[in-house]
Amino acid sequence: MKMNVRGSARSLVKFLNEGRNPYIVSSVLLAIGTVLVYVSPRSIPAFLLFAVAASLAYFLDMKKWVKLGLAVLIAVVIVPILGARNIFYLEVIFQISVFAALALGLNIVVGFSGLLNFGYMAFYAVGAYLWGFFGSQQPYLLQAIPGTAPPGTRFFLAPDWFYLFIFLGVIVAAIVGLVMGLPVLRVRGDYLAIITLGCGEIIRQLANNLDKPVNLTNGPQGITPIQRPTLPKELLAFFNRLFEPLVGHEVTGSQFYDIMFYLIAVIVVVVVIVVTARLEDSKIGRAWAAIREDELAATAMGIPANRLKLGAFAVGASFAGAMGVLFAASRTFVSPESFTFLQSVGVLTMVILGGIGSISGVIIGAAVVTILNLQVLQSFSLFLAQLRQSDAVIPLINFHWKDLSNQIDPSKYQRLLFGIILILMMIYRPAGILPAARRKRELKAGSEGIAADEDAPEEASAGAKGSDHE
Amino acid sequence: MSEAALILETKDVVKRFGGLTAVNKMSFTMAAGRIYSIIGPNGAGKTTFFNALSGLNKPEEGTIFFEGKRVDGLVPEKITALHMARTFQNIRLFGGMTVVENIMVGAYTRLRQGAVQTVLRTRAFKAEEARAEARAEELMEYVGIAGVGNELAGSLPYGAQRRIEIARALASEPRLLLLDEPTAGMNPSETEDATALFRKLRDDLGITILLIEHDMRVVMNISERISVMDYGEKIAEGEPRDIASNARVIEAYLGRGAASVAAETAGDSQ
Repeated sequence: MKMNVRGSARSLVKFLNEGRNPYIVSSVLLAIGTVLVYVSPRSIPAFLLFAVAASLAYFLDMKKWVKLGLAVLIAVVIVPILGARNIFYLEVIFQISVFAALALGLNIVVGFSGLLNFGYMAFYAVGAYLWGFFGSQQPYLLQAIPGTAPPGTRFFLAPDWFYLFIFLGVIVAAIVGLVMGLPVLRVRGDYLAIITLGCGEIIRQLANNLDKPVNLTNGPQGITPIQRPTLPKELLAFFNRLFEPLVGHEVTGSQFYDIMFYLIAVIVVVVVIVVTARLEDSKIGRAWAAIREDELAATAMGIPANRLKLGAFAVGASFAGAMGVLFAASRTFVSPESFTFLQSVGVLTMVILGGIGSISGVIIGAAVVTILNLQVLQSFSLFLAQLRQSDAVIPLINFHWKDLSNQIDPSKYQRLLFGIILILMMIYRPAGILPAARRKRELKAGSEGIAADEDAPEEASAGAKGSDHE
Repeated sequence: MSEAALILETKDVVKRFGGLTAVNKMSFTMAAGRIYSIIGPNGAGKTTFFNALSGLNKPEEGTIFFEGKRVDGLVPEKITALHMARTFQNIRLFGGMTVVENIMVGAYTRLRQGAVQTVLRTRAFKAEEARAEARAEELMEYVGIAGVGNELAGSLPYGAQRRIEIARALASEPRLLLLDEPTAGMNPSETEDATALFRKLRDDLGITILLIEHDMRVVMNISERISVMDYGEKIAEGEPRDIASNARVIEAYLGRGAASVAAETAGDSQ
């Protein structure tokens, strides 16, 4: 039975990748998905179909420039138009991007280098509070009681400093990452996990309590308002001129902000992906993997393990720092609430679920968790709530939906659900949805003249796992 | 022998673990371009001595000079950078990485690429990566495992893993190669191939080789000089045939009674 399923799945993959099929399939699916989402902007199945179509295009065998073109088309044209019709999608994709960047950063530490880090949200907090502090009135309120701003207080910096602060967020978070990484020089394994957990909590508690003696963070109330970069009016006008007929209404400034933040987030994620992929396939990435596999042997091979571990912490942290700045600006509000231990675990969940050490896997993990959180569970809750208010009855057992307990609310069971999913994953697919596969290089075959034999290279790679997708 | 330069010189090296003195006053010299062996019963301190040489364990006392430079107390990566490499008794490959990657890790200290070059994928970076990959392939062919470059190192048979470990060590361009029981677990024909490979390394590449070995055929066959350790101390040193008939060595391996029997038989035959 199981073999049957696997066999038919394999032949399906083969069929999809044959000749012109991938181009036809992905463009047709994308077109259907786009039209469906366009026609019914609130339908979740439509959105899921669109998401699947978009990710399928990535995995099929197509020419690189076709994929790139499709990606740009989706990111710059299709999603903004669909998003303008239902801003919620932009929010979902924004969050997916933010969490994808976070998960990719954590993946460098946990996946590539094999160092457990339970305090990863701290770096995100550093970025968020960096812009939260300098991008608000807070520097003028150092002596004020939290929550009281004298009327007419000016903002400390002009809004467009935001762009510079994305880079500053990278640098500052990397430095904090180095400091928080210092324990790796002395402890490893479980002990490191505990220490990073502690460090993460320290940062959160600092944010919580640094409202006195000098009011840096406004304490538990958080900092608000935080500035957004100025709205590029010409760009908005241009967008409206181009797409208003398609969108169906004029896009307002606040809607355009969502499009803008979505685009910035996507750009940051693309940069993060490129940096991660390039680091992985280099002396540094190999050294990280070597440390993960066998630290002693790595050291004996001349790898300065301590320096590389600190480097992993710094690079991982820097991604979170950039996204933190973006997060603070898009929400115009930061508070310690957003950076709890559970959030750190959430990002770790994405990494493990998607495939530890695998770049595309981690992104899928971030997408799955975010969509499940934001869309599927919530809409299911909504659906149950509607049933509760209706007079519907389950026929055979004569159960009135309105008697359904208020406790049954799927969006509240998020953690339970993830717990179950993680346990099932660990049993049936411990390497994640898309497990990491080592890159296959184009090497000459053996010296015995195997090159003449056509089957040989295939046989050689069949031994390694993941022979389906290279 | 005295005309050859000393590549390795240790003096009174002491390494203790708590109350146990694993290596005691180990003084040892080695001429460049030679193949030497260290033998001794289990727990004699041979591997600990290797760890001290390669920087994995800092010796408490004594000095180690490698090519005239003092290396005791240096971190392992510095020592590797000075062209000393090693393999491990229980193979320590990076099992989840491919064979080529394993070997390229060995070249870590020889690659000049920095983080910025890596991210920007500069021409120099690409050229260096291509060179490293080509070199790894060369080494695979040299040690006799061509064609398995894309396999995961952990999935290969034992003999191949031993060879990968040697190729990985060679990638760091060593002038002194420390091999810790390189033929352990090999069958006789594999052992023979391995011995030939060690000779080739020395004869073709001029690499000085220091072996720890239990297989006496290998030791007697290949070594130009043998040191014997027992309880952390060097109890004998000399050419293979001297060692084979040394009473203290036999005693260390077989116990006192056996040693006296051996001495008697030796006396009888004379």
